[in-house]
Amino acid sequence: MGNQKSKETSSTVTNTKRKSTTQDIREAQAQWQAKLMETEAKTPPRPVKFTTLSDMEVPLLSTPADLEAEGFDYLTDAGFPGEYPYTRGVQRNMYRGKLWTMRQFAGFASAEETNQRFKLLLANGQTGLSTAFDMPTLMGLDADSPRGKGEVGKCGVAVSSIQDMESLFQGIPLGEVTTSMTINAPAIVILAMYFSVAESQGVPKEKVRGTLQNDILKEYIAQKEWIYPVLPAVNLVTDTIEYCTKNYVNWNTISVSGYHIREAGATAVQELAFTLADGLAYIDSCLARGMKIDDFAPRLSFFFDVHNDFFEEIAKFRAARRIWARLMREKYHAKDPKSWMLRTHAQTAGVSLTAQQPYNNIVRVTIQAMAGILGGTNSLHTNSMDETLALPTDEAVMIALRTQQIVAEESGLANVVDPFGGSYFMEILTSRIEKAALDYISKIDAMGGMIQAIEKGYPQAEIGNSAYHFQRQIESKEKVMVGVNKFQMKEKPRTLATLYIDRSIEEKQVKKLAQLRKSRPAEAHQIALRRVKETAQAGQNLMEPILGAVKAYATLQEICDTLRPVFGEYRETGSF
Amino acid sequence: MSNDPASLQKIRVLVAKPGLDGHDRGAKVIARALRDAGFEVIYTGLHQTPDMIVNAAVEEDVQVIGLSILSGAHNALVPEIIEGLKKEGLNDALLIVGGIIPDEDIPHLKTQGVSMVFTPGASLQAVVDYIRENAPARG
Repeated sequence: MGNQKSKETSSTVTNTKRKSTTQDIREAQAQWQAKLMETEAKTPPRPVKFTTLSDMEVPLLSTPADLEAEGFDYLTDAGFPGEYPYTRGVQRNMYRGKLWTMRQFAGFASAEETNQRFKLLLANGQTGLSTAFDMPTLMGLDADSPRGKGEVGKCGVAVSSIQDMESLFQGIPLGEVTTSMTINAPAIVILAMYFSVAESQGVPKEKVRGTLQNDILKEYIAQKEWIYPVLPAVNLVTDTIEYCTKNYVNWNTISVSGYHIREAGATAVQELAFTLADGLAYIDSCLARGMKIDDFAPRLSFFFDVHNDFFEEIAKFRAARRIWARLMREKYHAKDPKSWMLRTHAQTAGVSLTAQQPYNNIVRVTIQAMAGILGGTNSLHTNSMDETLALPTDEAVMIALRTQQIVAEESGLANVVDPFGGSYFMEILTSRIEKAALDYISKIDAMGGMIQAIEKGYPQAEIGNSAYHFQRQIESKEKVMVGVNKFQMKEKPRTLATLYIDRSIEEKQVKKLAQLRKSRPAEAHQIALRRVKETAQAGQNLMEPILGAVKAYATLQEICDTLRPVFGEYRETGSF
Repeated sequence: MSNDPASLQKIRVLVAKPGLDGHDRGAKVIARALRDAGFEVIYTGLHQTPDMIVNAAVEEDVQVIGLSILSGAHNALVPEIIEGLKKEGLNDALLIVGGIIPDEDIPHLKTQGVSMVFTPGASLQAVVDYIRENAPARG
């Protein structure tokens, strides 16, 4: 650009010696705008839409004048990290103090095999465990249920009884790791099994740390692994929150999840809005039970997707923290700053991965991981390149973990707090995403809250529309997926090795379960199940009776089935 | 869409989600695309057993059955559905599968009676075209 230096540039240099006012900037911007038109007459913008992945218009350039026009105020809207409204992060020194938790989601086949994967990850520097359960377990079914035929151990680990939970964490000291468990409809039962195993390891209750996903509302909205109707299901979630608040004070009772909402097709704004609205519904349920906001809100955590659009994703995380802090403080009158803080896990976008040219996925995951870190996530899962083909192999998982480690140790990203804070564009985008999400949240409020909105099918329909719209954009090439609708290659049959789960796992699990049913004391589990039923009928907290049932070797399905006649079952109409 | 939907005889398609898998984004997008392409589409909703799908196919008298499976349970579920369809005499229906299906499983599914398997990245237009070209006629 050296040869283009003109008189005007040098006069601009002179001007910078005095402090320019917003008015100066506006005038200069208007002049620049006129010149831009000349440039664009010669070099027109490429014939594409300059929007985010979620179709928000983005400006070519943002200036301090634009930021002022947006109404941005530094102390009110950004502030300092570790301080209200936490736009810049929840810790004062962020990753200088403690790197984010590198938490790779794992689970497949039997508890024994997943236990080996856990040990491999821990030996390689992973700092927390994250458990994936198979479909039957997610639906509250035992491995020998006919409805789970062919699905045992496929998408996660099969856990039908406390025996499986013991094998899963065999040789892993539960007082020293934090464990995340992705389970929802039968979460209360799985949590009871985990607490029981920790107890038998002799771990004091306050040392049991981790997170239960336990977010049933997003199941009706997106992930679709449900058992009971919405209201009794939210009551079960509330039972676990109530119990943990008194007994397991360092356990994160819920991970309010936008991930599945996004993966089901939502835009970034919809993901943000629906997730926060779900969080508010749980808060309302806890308050209705007489709990105090500052007793339980500090242990609520969140989980967001990190998709391809770098800036949009960073802005989404910043906006999420700001909206939550303001709602907690201003609407719910929380006094404890920990109640204001939105702590979050993030996972790179599975839906962005392509089966075509799968090695490209490593690059996508890296970009997404960087956005998550720049967005200030507290914990991260990076997807493996082969996850669109099958469950990841050991090698693919290792590359994904190494991706995080390279970002953490080599890129310099972890050295500074919120480096995009104060970027004219980033602050504008953060505010716009915040406003758009708040619009959705008021719409849901007007319906009576998220439970009512779900019963009306509102978020489901919004997501369905966005998913279809996006697919149309892919078809018309308005949005690009490299290797899928642009830069395709004639590919040889896949050479990437994938993990194969064979049917023998199912047979093994079924046998193990038959053995358990034969060898357990017959009376004890029946008595315990009866207590579960009576407590449910009385509308009381089910956590204690379920703890009793799992210790008496009642199975997951036996406990869930005991509750079915009391609560009923959820049915969705097959609309599209 | 180059063909005028109105000029086509309406092909009846059942889009089904067998098993416990809750990933219905693909199934719903496909169902909508097929409807927009002028087909008569019936969507079963989630968590269907093989029997439920066979019954729906018979009752709705469909020419095409599209199964969406992302859970890895295809080798267990698809043969059961095929057996049920045979028992009910629905031998000529075009059976297609979409989802996360490993390459090595595709030949096996095809010998069982699946006509086509669409894996991630397949375009809506490719699915529409395939059905249009291969759906059996109904009188």
